[in-house]
Amino acid sequence: MIESPARTRPRRWIGEAVPRKEDPALLTGAGRFIDDLDPFPHTHHAAILRSPHAHARILSIDSTRAMALEGVKAVLTGARVAEISKPFHAGITEPVHFYPIAVDKVRYVGEPVAVVVAKDRYIAEDALELIDVEYERLAPVVEIDRALAADSLPLHENVGSNVVHERSFTYGEVDAAFAAAEEVVEATFRFPKYASTPIETYGVIAQYQRGTNTYAIHANFQGPFVLHTLLASALCVPGNRLRILVPPDIGGSFGIKALLYPYMGLIALASKESGVPVKWIEDRLEHLCASSSLTDRLTHVQAAVLRDGTILALRLDHVDNVGAYVRAPEPACLYRMHGTSTGAYRIPALAIHNRLVTTNKLPTGLNRGYGGQEHYFALERTIALIAKRLHLDRLDVVRRNLVRADEFPYHAPAGSVLDSGDYHTAFDEALRLAGYQDLLATRDRARAQGRSAGIGLACVVEPSGSSMGYITIALPLEQRKKSLPKSGAAEAVTIALDPSGAITVRLGTAPQGQGHQTVTAQIVAEELGVTLESIEVVAEVDTQTSPWTIASGTYSSRFAPIAAVAVQQAARKVAMKLRTIAAQQCDVPLDDIDLADGLAIPRGDRSKAIPLKRLAGLAHWNPLALPSGMEPGVYETSYYSVPILEAPDDLDRVNSSAVYGFVVDICLIEVDRETGKIEIQRYVSVHDTGRMLNPLLAEGQIRGGFAHGLGGALMEEMVYDEQGALLSGTFVDYLCPTAAEIPPLTIGHVDTPSPFSPLGAKGIGEGNSMSVPVTIANAVADALGIDDITLPLTPRRVWEMVQR
Amino acid sequence: MKPARFDYYLPATLEEALATLSELGSDGKVLAGGQSLVPMLNMRIAQPAALIDINGLVDLDAITCEHGALRVGAMVRQATLERSGPALGQVPLLAQALPLVGHWQTRNRGTLCGSLAHADPSAELPLLLSVLNGSVEVHSSRGVRTVAARDLFVSFFTTSLEADELIVAAYLPIAPARRRYAFNEFAQRHGDFALVSVACAVEFDEQGMLAHLTLALGGAGEVPLVVEAADALGRLLDRELIAALAERASTACDPPSDHHASAAFRRQLVRTLTGRMLTALVPQEEAAAT
Repeated sequence: MIESPARTRPRRWIGEAVPRKEDPALLTGAGRFIDDLDPFPHTHHAAILRSPHAHARILSIDSTRAMALEGVKAVLTGARVAEISKPFHAGITEPVHFYPIAVDKVRYVGEPVAVVVAKDRYIAEDALELIDVEYERLAPVVEIDRALAADSLPLHENVGSNVVHERSFTYGEVDAAFAAAEEVVEATFRFPKYASTPIETYGVIAQYQRGTNTYAIHANFQGPFVLHTLLASALCVPGNRLRILVPPDIGGSFGIKALLYPYMGLIALASKESGVPVKWIEDRLEHLCASSSLTDRLTHVQAAVLRDGTILALRLDHVDNVGAYVRAPEPACLYRMHGTSTGAYRIPALAIHNRLVTTNKLPTGLNRGYGGQEHYFALERTIALIAKRLHLDRLDVVRRNLVRADEFPYHAPAGSVLDSGDYHTAFDEALRLAGYQDLLATRDRARAQGRSAGIGLACVVEPSGSSMGYITIALPLEQRKKSLPKSGAAEAVTIALDPSGAITVRLGTAPQGQGHQTVTAQIVAEELGVTLESIEVVAEVDTQTSPWTIASGTYSSRFAPIAAVAVQQAARKVAMKLRTIAAQQCDVPLDDIDLADGLAIPRGDRSKAIPLKRLAGLAHWNPLALPSGMEPGVYETSYYSVPILEAPDDLDRVNSSAVYGFVVDICLIEVDRETGKIEIQRYVSVHDTGRMLNPLLAEGQIRGGFAHGLGGALMEEMVYDEQGALLSGTFVDYLCPTAAEIPPLTIGHVDTPSPFSPLGAKGIGEGNSMSVPVTIANAVADALGIDDITLPLTPRRVWEMVQR
Repeated sequence: MKPARFDYYLPATLEEALATLSELGSDGKVLAGGQSLVPMLNMRIAQPAALIDINGLVDLDAITCEHGALRVGAMVRQATLERSGPALGQVPLLAQALPLVGHWQTRNRGTLCGSLAHADPSAELPLLLSVLNGSVEVHSSRGVRTVAARDLFVSFFTTSLEADELIVAAYLPIAPARRRYAFNEFAQRHGDFALVSVACAVEFDEQGMLAHLTLALGGAGEVPLVVEAADALGRLLDRELIAALAERASTACDPPSDHHASAAFRRQLVRTLTGRMLTALVPQEEAAAT
């Protein structure tokens, strides 16, 4: 018997802390962002006249004086937009018509009223001052309570009410559980409206091509590309007449750039009207008043509990405020967490009552954590209240109710299938890292000295990889049955080797700084046995030439569980092709070929190895030498969809996300009772990220989510007065934490690879933006002995709480 | 965020600058560091007909000592002052106040005199000039005059300067040997305009009694407010006196209300910050005794 030589194993790259491929260009100012692009000759510039009123009827718009200004090409108003386009669809049945510009009424301060197209932005802004608009002011509806009132003036008269969506759900024996409860813990929670503030604002460069009735739109749009379909429909063109091009670099988004699509439509129509290509770069004032935000939410919770802290059932009553319109993908705000409503706990029965209201505020959309921070604020405050009202140790209440390690995959009552986890171990790890006994001692020492210290806890299930079907549970079953079921969550990737063997990977993810190019290169390098440097990853998306799916884009932390798998699958197709060619060339069975060090190596014998560039060259130059039936070239596309994401069932259950991570946060804070300032003295966050693809990037996501969560906890809020005027319309008044405000963060991991994702990885971009607001709120409640906590916990608000 | 059209002047001499200013009157706005003016132009909050850029006036960027004061020219950047060892030695309060002014990027462009001319009652530098009892040297085609801090600030963003006048230098009195200073502010974030700020200059005599006390407040009214404290001289700065001064400061001021802070909360902050600042200034032996 002949001993086979040692086989060659490729170098492992997945899981390595590889520095970002993207960094050299970004750090030397060589990034290519939307404002750097100049794709069309003779491009003009747009400025947008915005509503100064929260709620008013537009009586007339006179742009005569503006049109007379030299350099002005066109003025586009809502009436014309309504003639040449259709309203955008959203996932509810009520007829809330949404155009990208006010048509007959303005419904929030900052809503577009007219678009000026001019030779440059200076002239365009000059012209805004020359447009005369006559308004008839109407009674504004600003807060949720007002929107719920029967006599509030409906924003949308054809709907007739500001409650524009309502549904109820029951899972399990809720009434029986409440009958069996020894206590019912009940509370009401309000979550504030805040946003994402990427350094780069929105930007669009659009050209209407008259000859072909085609729109080409460059935009720093993050997906989901289902909005391409929506936009094509609104622009009244088939999908192949709408070409969306995403630039190579996007300067952050955190969800907010999904809601760029109305402006993509508006600027595209401005190009059509003016006959010239039109560029619009949103300025910061526009971004703060008229881009997007998360919803403010009113939640009423009833928890049926036993005296030992066991939770038997929850009743959740949600009212989400979507602002002036229901813009797709809303009402996803209410439904992203729906399947996961019971969080990390074994709660067998659940009732949910959902309402969506319109008010005279900025419309809402994706925002890092989307729906999670609102949901966990109510759920994790409730857990703290259960412990307090039953005089139990909070740790015991948490431990008693957490899903146990032997219960995974755990089927939550509303449909989410929690794939993997060891919540108790993660919880203990967080307590260990925090030095929980020391925290208690420090807190109690401070209290003994008359100071106000508190400890906050939260446990958060972090869903990632949203299903394309979950939003359809907003529709009642009979409505849902009328259209095709929607399931899955797909991504597409293409890998090509050119005749020189150079490798190009093409993504459809439109990343905004997440490091997709780096992780993609890691996966491809590992599968093909090549260096990271030899791989070019193209992240700019062109819907005419890139592979993409309706789900494509970067949102719901979907790269790790979905796109990365598509990358691996495409790389495996390429590897198979290269190995097949090599096997024929070396005259060995396919299984004997390994790819490593840029070579195809037969049976570990490097003397007979063939460089990949030769195999690629052969595929291009000498197709006749290829194995019989093989196509020439090396160009492989892979589409991957998550198998477990089924359409909602007839019982309204839906598994809303591909995989589920877990976060445990613990903090110690002290409140300065004289100034209301909160000092975070210790903050620990333990994560289950499944299999980590790149620890550096994972840490970056955790730290970023932490900062965003702190913003929501302590500073950020879109404040409107009772007339609906925006009081936080500049960066002097809308405060985001800066580096100086971020306290040290201790990060730990208890990772359990997902059995439902081939790479085992879970998304990690949003956990802390969900967990931090409620963790801080729980700590302040503990410090001050106050149950009613309202965010953000600004010094003023905390001081006023202390006074009460 | 593009400014409205304006004319732009770049005078080569002070005389030319003053002549232009005199000619334009209130249509002209002086551009020095531009850290407040340029954002206001971009947001079209300010739409002056003309800008007179004094960045070409090299004579105005000198820091000198004259008449017992540090003379800081109109084009001296805040960052230059912050890095000037002699200036910080002679006016030690600068070392406490300047790091609180915006961010180092804005201090690279922003000037001391520009901030004084802008007269934002929440800004640190008008408060600094007030607590030091400094003054400004004002030029116009009509002549030169000196304006004391207490006469300079009139109201929100308003000084007593005429439309044709330019602040050419600020005078910050050199610290007497035994004088000590403190600057304390409450901002929601590092580098923000403070919700309120407090500053003081104190001196104790051989017996440890107060020989000098100037206490001033920022962000607590239309202009920086100097709190009357003459009755504290000759007394021990003990807990009782500190509480009384803190209470007086909080009632003497007239702070605004906005969504960041109510007037009541600003008063509370004035009380707390004043108390804490004075407590930290109590000489160590007295602190140990009380």
